Amino acid sequence: MAPPPPTRRRSPGATMKQMAQKKKSSQPSSKTLPKASTGIQGLDEITGGGLPHGRPTLVCGGAGSGKTLFGLEFLVQGATQYSEPGVFISFEESIPDLTKNVASLGFDLDRLVADKKLFLDHVSIARSEIEETGAYDLDGLFIRIADAVQRVGARRVVVDTIETVFAELPNPGILRAEIRRLFGWLKQKGLTTLITAERDQPDRLTRHGIEEFVSDCVILLDHRIREEISTRRLRIVKYRGSIHGTNEYPFLIDEQGISVLPISSLGLDHAAPAVRISSGIARLDGMLGGKGFYQGSSILVSGSSGTGKTSIAAHFVDAACRRGERCLFFAFEESPRQIVRNMRSIGIDLEPWVRKELLQFQAARPTYGGIEQHLLVTHRCIASFHPSVVVVDPITNLLMVSTQNEVRSMLTRLVDFLKTQGITAIFTSLTAGGGTLEASEADVSSLMDTWLLLKSIEVAGERNRALYVLKSRGMEHSNQIREFLLTDDGLRLLDVYLGPEGVLTGSARVSQEVREKAAGTSRRQELESRRRELERKRRIFEARMVMLRAEFEAEEERIQQNISESELLGEELLQDRTLMVRSRKADASSYQKEGRAQGARVR
Amino acid sequence: MAGQTPKSIRAFANLKALCEEHLKDRYQIEVIDLMENPQLARGDQIVAIPTLVRSLPQPVRKIIGDLSNSVRALVGLDLRKAD
Repeated sequence: MAPPPPTRRRSPGATMKQMAQKKKSSQPSSKTLPKASTGIQGLDEITGGGLPHGRPTLVCGGAGSGKTLFGLEFLVQGATQYSEPGVFISFEESIPDLTKNVASLGFDLDRLVADKKLFLDHVSIARSEIEETGAYDLDGLFIRIADAVQRVGARRVVVDTIETVFAELPNPGILRAEIRRLFGWLKQKGLTTLITAERDQPDRLTRHGIEEFVSDCVILLDHRIREEISTRRLRIVKYRGSIHGTNEYPFLIDEQGISVLPISSLGLDHAAPAVRISSGIARLDGMLGGKGFYQGSSILVSGSSGTGKTSIAAHFVDAACRRGERCLFFAFEESPRQIVRNMRSIGIDLEPWVRKELLQFQAARPTYGGIEQHLLVTHRCIASFHPSVVVVDPITNLLMVSTQNEVRSMLTRLVDFLKTQGITAIFTSLTAGGGTLEASEADVSSLMDTWLLLKSIEVAGERNRALYVLKSRGMEHSNQIREFLLTDDGLRLLDVYLGPEGVLTGSARVSQEVREKAAGTSRRQELESRRRELERKRRIFEARMVMLRAEFEAEEERIQQNISESELLGEELLQDRTLMVRSRKADASSYQKEGRAQGARVR
Repeated sequence: MAGQTPKSIRAFANLKALCEEHLKDRYQIEVIDLMENPQLARGDQIVAIPTLVRSLPQPVRKIIGDLSNSVRALVGLDLRKAD
């Protein structure tokens, strides 16, 4: 009994939705187009969910661009991750060759075949043994594919590459008609199909115009060598019914298969945390509004050779590790051991953090791979290590393997990614000595929230180190050019000395220090002598006082003496008179006392 | 062949006629219907239908089509030199 035609009763949208809900791997990312997840890292994000479900997708590209691998990974992921068995029809490579080629990518085709999750069929057509004698069709191929699909219950099919039939079989007219019929048949069976085709010239997608049969989705793979480094790019040329990124996306093929570099945010909607963290150098924090960097911000430290960029990064890392946070250090110039040794000379020991697995070094010369390689490795390391701090030292080395534009593009992606993860990042940048330090960084610096510029100040035959905060978004910061030293005890910012020409550094500062000290000393000495003067005067004054008093006392005594002598004399005189009076009996009283006898005598 | 289609029927008829004419009593025709035995398509690497596989003498030749072009068919079977 045939089921009633669905379109009359229900709307197409509902039918699609039902279909979508039944399939585990398809995601109804848009209301009308269910998609089959590829499982290829990064691709599902770009395509908004994967390839169109139940329809053919064309993957074209030049020789060696990765089409076969793309198809195989699509099937392997489908079989292992989404429980969708698959069929691979290979027109070019034999099955043993295929198996061997992808073994290094971690795909065990033999096992998948044995588990009936995958069916591999090699269609070998040798033109030399063929003679065309009349009308024919490709039913043989159809039967083989149908049989393969039925054997494993496949939901995914890859045909690599259908164009071979044009090379091996005569009569393109028949072939084109048959190919159209094949795609129709695959669509009817609801099989998500991937067709590969070779692109031989830049002005067309495929050699034989296969794209006219596959109109739902076309992906272009590109593999080029630039400056001796191979770079791979993927572009979605067409995806009917779906919003997709239209740019070229770099991708890599390595031991984890294909990885398309993820775009973490097409918009700019990262959070903006307000937490501040120390730079590891107290006085530098002082220059940064007193509190240090914003968490999750991007910091550029630029300067010419030997100015101390890595040292600043090392201080930051040291401080972070002390707080128990993990740090990831990407070293593009020096080996990790060298960095550890060099930092020890300024009193920072990074070795214990490495041992405690709080600090991880990732070192590679940039020429080791293309820029995408680096971006990918960076992403992978961050995804597995989960650091809260990342250092890239230096970013300018990446220019060795790429153009300015590409480096900027890569850094944009990286900074974006780090911000969405809330990771604080320091990027060091080497500026060629001579040119204006600020101009050469203009490109990259706009990505950065904070920019510390390290300078060598040449004056009077010396070079002294100085730094200043060129910008720091969202905070007050110092605009002072500060001299600093790299001592055994770390980086030390010195006090600022201003002379008539501005900031003094080096020996000019030292001599200014000495001068000021000398001036201080002489002032003190001046004060001292004045005090002594005062003391002396006081003593003189006091001595005079003593003398005056002595004089006065002597005088006093003399006068006193006089007075008492006078008094005495007065008394004596009085006494004498009294005596005389008495003896002369002048006073009656004396008669009475002495009697008459006396008086008789005298007559 | 893959099921009884006009092309296959024609091919068989043409083949029979050719063999009778050029290889009387020295041939053997085996008809394989791939609809019934699809795995044989794989084994013999059959893509086009109908295909005539001449297994002997070596080398193996695959003659595709309904054999309506008897000249080409004979060339394919090595019964006639290619012009």
